[in-house]
Amino acid sequence: MRSRPLTQIHKSNKYMTPTSFRHLASLMRWIVACSALALVLPVAAQLRVEVSGVGLTQLPITIAAFRGQELAPQKLSLIVQADLERSGQFRGVDGTGVAMDELSRPDLTAWRQRGADSLVAGSVTRLADGRFDVRFRLWDLTRGQDLGGQSYAVTQADLRQSAHRIADFVYEKLTGDKGIFSTRIAYVTKVAQRYNLWIADADGENAQSALASPEPIISPAWSPLGQQLAYVSFESRKPVVYVHEVATGKRRLLANFRGSNSAPAWSPDGRRLAVTLSRDGGSQLYLIDAQGGEPNRLSQSSSIDTEPVFSTDGRTIYFVSDRGGSPQIYKMAATGGSVDRLTFTGSYNISPAISPDGKSLAYISRVAGAFRLHLMELATGNTVAITETTSDESPSFAPNGRLIIYATTLQGRETLMTTTLDGRIKTRLAGQSGEIREPDWGPLQKQ
Amino acid sequence: MNRFLLALGCAALLVGCGSSVKLDEVAVEDKSGAAVGAQGAGAAGASSGAAGGAGTLANSGVAPVDVTKSGSNAVMQEGPRIVYFDYDSFVIKPEFQGLIETQARFLKADQKRRAAIEGHTDETGGREYNLALGQKRSEAVRRALGLLGVPDGQVEAVSYGKEKPAVQGTDEAALAKNRRAEILYR
Repeated sequence: MRSRPLTQIHKSNKYMTPTSFRHLASLMRWIVACSALALVLPVAAQLRVEVSGVGLTQLPITIAAFRGQELAPQKLSLIVQADLERSGQFRGVDGTGVAMDELSRPDLTAWRQRGADSLVAGSVTRLADGRFDVRFRLWDLTRGQDLGGQSYAVTQADLRQSAHRIADFVYEKLTGDKGIFSTRIAYVTKVAQRYNLWIADADGENAQSALASPEPIISPAWSPLGQQLAYVSFESRKPVVYVHEVATGKRRLLANFRGSNSAPAWSPDGRRLAVTLSRDGGSQLYLIDAQGGEPNRLSQSSSIDTEPVFSTDGRTIYFVSDRGGSPQIYKMAATGGSVDRLTFTGSYNISPAISPDGKSLAYISRVAGAFRLHLMELATGNTVAITETTSDESPSFAPNGRLIIYATTLQGRETLMTTTLDGRIKTRLAGQSGEIREPDWGPLQKQ
Repeated sequence: MNRFLLALGCAALLVGCGSSVKLDEVAVEDKSGAAVGAQGAGAAGASSGAAGGAGTLANSGVAPVDVTKSGSNAVMQEGPRIVYFDYDSFVIKPEFQGLIETQARFLKADQKRRAAIEGHTDETGGREYNLALGQKRSEAVRRALGLLGVPDGQVEAVSYGKEKPAVQGTDEAALAKNRRAEILYR
């Protein structure tokens, strides 16, 4: 399979030109260069995904322009293509100049000559009630096989979401893994002295403010069903943990005890949260019912214990402690008890995130003064740095485990990136003005 | 030729996620006073818009909440109230012992006085870990006040981590100004 750099930037960035890369180092230099270019571009109202990198095996796919999309407010085929390319597993093959929709039978020979193995064709039609009817069909061009299709009747506001659903369908049909394009991410921006907690599509677009505050907001954490966010807000001039129902804006205090309250982490069943409290002196781990109430102390140390995160099966809690003299990542049973240390290299290892399959640990490690995203294979303890940036923070896995979103600093500005687990494909979610930080990737949407 | 999963298929796809968890309105333990202003509730009430409605894709609605700052009252206070720390240290240096003694006297003079000790760190490292480091600094000051007879109930040690630097900048002079604990009277 041919391999070609993914240099398509959706909404077209005319300053970027395709170049080929053989080495990760040059790739990273290129990312930095692109970032510099991006900074001189006008700041857009929404995030932009910039894709760069070389995937080893990328499926060539054509997303034909949907019939009627030129009259719709969203160009669905471009959103679908950008989603698929961001995964690093697809390469877009130009399909311009061909008019097709979900009812067309593709000319297999002609498409194969263009180099595409798969084809998506569809249509978007305005309905009498103002909604849009979106339809598509996916073709396997090598076998001449119809792989199915779907249709949606959506409001204008949900057109983007319908494109993400199409990308999810295609991704799952062709890779066997769940697509994550219709999921949502949460993140925090700081503009002047104003903090906002945003909820956006997984491509960074369509951001909506869930909370605006003159005081810092940190550590947003999606509930397992994606309906609530727990986070730390300083609005009462101290760190306090809230649980916030996204659709209604209804909030409740989860932990507002004497001292500091922070680092909320949901149990996989959504019934409890692990939090860091200093109510008994020192920063220690506690479990608290999701409806509130009296917390149960989980750790007993005279050192810092913080940044808890549950394993996928809910039985284990990974956390950060400086009990050994420097911050390192440990684990213990979710019922408390004895601890095992996981990180031994380096003197500063923080912010653990566990992959959905439970096999990998993403975390931030300081190496020679640089804070870099690392990945540990838990079975072997093998670790590898997967970025070359120096101020990485807050990694969070996509719910299919194929991407990690994290915060970093490029050209002196806070930004969000996604990376594949091998570090080969990175995308930058950029364009929001101000500092962007504290990402958390939401769960798969129920179908 | 139309082999779509129409009608029923789409309905099943598009509905689904509507049911939301019924939230308990009972506030959890709140020892330091109410934090959520009426603005929060107001914004929540005005939301609804995007949610619900047949045919919409679920979970797309986000109701915005705006937390406005409540006016802070001027309170009586005395003398310098900022203790600076060395890198990665929580030890109160001898040069700040006078400051601690002054504040201890001031607190003991009126048992109704309440102070928050806010711990801060420089910008190096993670947000949550720095929050815990700042807490170590504020608790060091609280213990020092306690040794001079200030009851624990008069002071609350909290942390801002690296979220509220006193000065911007990445040079050591700036970082040193940010590694601090501030005593604030309420």
